[in-house]
Amino acid sequence: MLKIAVNEINRLFDAIAAVENLYLPVEKGGEVEFGAYSADAKVRLDALQTVKSAKDMFFPFSENLMKFHVEGKQISVEAAEKVNEEFVVFGVRACDARSFSILDKVFLADPVDTYYAARREHGVVVSMACSRPEETCFCSAFGIDATKPEGDVVTWVADGVLYWEAQTEKGAALTEKVAEVLAESDSAAVEAQQAAVKAIMEKLPLAGLDLSYFTSRPELEIFKRPEWTELSSHCLGCGTCTFVCPTCQCYDVRDFDNGHGIERYRCWDSCMYRDFTMMAHGTNRKTQVERFRQRFMHKLVYNPKNRDGEFGCVGCGRCLKKCPVNMNIVKVAKTLSAGGEQA
Amino acid sequence: MREIKELLVQKINELLDNGTVDRVAGWKAGEFCYDAAPAVFTKENIDELLYNGFCGANQSKFLVNAATTENRILALLKPCDTYSYNQLVKEHRVDPSRVYALGIPCTGMVDVNKIKALGITGITGIEEDGENLKIATIYGDASCKKCDVLLERCMVCKGKNHVAGDEMLIPDEEAPETPSCADRMAEVARLEAMTEEERFNFWREQLSKCIRCNACRNACPACTCRTCVFDNAKSGLAAKVNNTDFEENMFHIIRAFHVAGRCTDCGECSRVCPQNIPLHLLNRKFIKDINEFYGEFQAGADTTTKGPLTSFTKEDCEPSIVMERGE
Amino acid sequence: MSEIREELIPVLGVVTDIRKDTPDVKTFRVVTPEGQKAFKHMPGQCAMLSIPGVGEAMFSITSSPTNEEYMEFSIKKCGCLTDWLHQMEVGQMVTIRGPYGNGFPVETELKGKNLLFIAGGIGLAPLRSVINYCRHYRDQYGDIDIIYGSRSMDDLVDFKEIQEEWCTEDGINVHLTIDRPQEGWDGHVGFVPAYVNELNLSLDKTILICGPPIMIKFTLQNLQALGFERTQVYTTMELRMKCGIGKCGRCNIGSKYVCKDGPVFRFDQLDELPDEY
Repeated sequence: MLKIAVNEINRLFDAIAAVENLYLPVEKGGEVEFGAYSADAKVRLDALQTVKSAKDMFFPFSENLMKFHVEGKQISVEAAEKVNEEFVVFGVRACDARSFSILDKVFLADPVDTYYAARREHGVVVSMACSRPEETCFCSAFGIDATKPEGDVVTWVADGVLYWEAQTEKGAALTEKVAEVLAESDSAAVEAQQAAVKAIMEKLPLAGLDLSYFTSRPELEIFKRPEWTELSSHCLGCGTCTFVCPTCQCYDVRDFDNGHGIERYRCWDSCMYRDFTMMAHGTNRKTQVERFRQRFMHKLVYNPKNRDGEFGCVGCGRCLKKCPVNMNIVKVAKTLSAGGEQA
Repeated sequence: MREIKELLVQKINELLDNGTVDRVAGWKAGEFCYDAAPAVFTKENIDELLYNGFCGANQSKFLVNAATTENRILALLKPCDTYSYNQLVKEHRVDPSRVYALGIPCTGMVDVNKIKALGITGITGIEEDGENLKIATIYGDASCKKCDVLLERCMVCKGKNHVAGDEMLIPDEEAPETPSCADRMAEVARLEAMTEEERFNFWREQLSKCIRCNACRNACPACTCRTCVFDNAKSGLAAKVNNTDFEENMFHIIRAFHVAGRCTDCGECSRVCPQNIPLHLLNRKFIKDINEFYGEFQAGADTTTKGPLTSFTKEDCEPSIVMERGE
Repeated sequence: MSEIREELIPVLGVVTDIRKDTPDVKTFRVVTPEGQKAFKHMPGQCAMLSIPGVGEAMFSITSSPTNEEYMEFSIKKCGCLTDWLHQMEVGQMVTIRGPYGNGFPVETELKGKNLLFIAGGIGLAPLRSVINYCRHYRDQYGDIDIIYGSRSMDDLVDFKEIQEEWCTEDGINVHLTIDRPQEGWDGHVGFVPAYVNELNLSLDKTILICGPPIMIKFTLQNLQALGFERTQVYTTMELRMKCGIGKCGRCNIGSKYVCKDGPVFRFDQLDELPDEY
């Protein structure tokens, strides 16, 4: 294990930034998001969560896919350049770190999404263990260890010191590049923190969230539960839950005339939106009940069914914090589990 | 609040029992002490109704779709909610004959995000203790002043008087006092005092956070178009995403224009914004200008007065005033 | 490592022929700028066509895979992109990518079977590919019956091909119907679901059906009343799609993605999915 004092952490950031592009939680306009490191960036490693999840680094909010040049009846296509330089995402929490493997199963499944694949190939994930989980956290329900997140490198901040440990070859390669600013260390402080945080995790109000209902009952039975109507009664049909979610991966592809040519871009989309499935002759999900149900069925039922029991949720709690009408996956899960026939 | 809750439950049961209404738009307890979710109740589950210092959500807009049945729905309106309600009635978006509006008192609603911003996290319980909030957390006990963590709308409370309602739970004059009101236009004035560049940078920094979730629009009681112009595929807008800075800025500015003269300053837009963009300041700037140009006007104060931007008088200021004011 | 295909990047296509089939359906012939067929496909598979700046959408490939020169798409004018397509002139370039979806099981479950095709209106488009494929490999399939209905005589897609080729071939029975009587029409008049009842169909047929949802619903009811099983009937679905490769989430129904796992489903398979299509 290696270490560096937190009050010298800029030496580490500078060392990384000297060899790779570095992204980490920075404050902008009062909120914290993953952003590029610079000498005057307001780095906020203390923030438990960014508003958008770290998926933004691999599956960005919006990205250009290609450009078209149109002249009369002639068209030419120019594919957008993909990420081809190494980059480091620093400070990824355990929940977000797990979300990458969930997104991988979508985007890296055949046929591969080459834009995402390029980012995954070139991105190095430096995760950070949680020292102060909140009441909205329930990553443990998905077997995630907040005290030892997945990632190429894992870090801990304890008593003013940042501890660093490579977990993969990619992580070891990065460690080598920045070794000069890191000192050898034992792991006593880390272990003490891990034990303390694990004790807290067990006390969190949502620690024991039981989702077994969704993997033990037939898909159509859950789909037809009458509670969906009441659960969705106040849903505004906005995209907040979707856009702050680390595992939501639906996207839209659109063309945009920028005055010099036509760009085809893709951007995050939400199944909560009315126009998500709109076709010329109408939509197959006519009311918000159906759209709301789709989002949660996807996360709680279709995902585990298609992917060996893995839910489309990592328990980050963002939707618990951000939904304008305080509806969220925990309420949905508890309501349906409580009223459902147990297997 | 506890006594008010008891009175409220009694009144609701009475209205359900005598058939005045068959359901209630209220708030329900959630996972956490501060988590009050808007919900619909009937006789069967009315026990689950909650009314405490976290029921900030403005339920008026919910009535647009809910108040369409033969049986009336009971709307529980806090004083400030009645302004939105009036405005919706005035614009014929809510049919008041389908609603039984019960005015309920309010002593200010807490914004839990402001508590968390103080570094108080892991919250397991919050209790009101006079002017303070006693907060239990998994990391120990904490406290803060209630007046420091109120919702933005409560910081500039319109007062304890309801401006609409079929009945008041308790007469306004007997209702508990609402929070004292700060200068509503202070922040607008601060922005006005900035140089053009400073102001532009302020808004760019704020609006560039927008993830275009549309929560502000969908929560706004003044945004009730069946299909929003931004959802029109043929509008030529790259609407679903802020593909350019222009889109990012224009969405909010156009929205502010669309609700100008109709916005009651309920603050839902800022309350629901996942990025905490102070959207209400755009609306307040319009309100301030309208007040200066056309005389003091409060949207939703009643259901009959014509709005300053939808009526014409010879005394109206000339459009050139905008040019004369400079900048 | 072999080069990974750029699924979202389309190739170019040139429209070399436009045929006006009905007042609102045109059939477009598309080849690459080099004059080749853009890619190989199976009957029932689809392609994403696009006009840059207007949009991209999924269309079934209506020409048969056995046609190795070009692809055809019969497209009904019903929205923004299709309006643009209908305004195109010969020589216009479009973009094309595919093939997408599973297609009809012509090599497996349909082999050697007596086939009954039931189509309504533009629903003939995806079936035409299968019909012509089966005609090409005629000895590998049993009897072929085709029931095709539309609003009027003028709304029958590919009427010329039907009359001149399908109707004249041995072992193919074509049953045409239109909704209301019309001057110059001496064929059957009436809706498809009712027509199905009149035809004395033998129960050994495997059925491929495509058309308006309401037609499918009532035809299926009647077929079941006649004694057909849902396991005998295949259909192809149409949902909003953006990627075509099971990622954008738009065509997700239950645990299936229609673009990838469909668009062709047997009705007993559909019964296992939420009724959201």
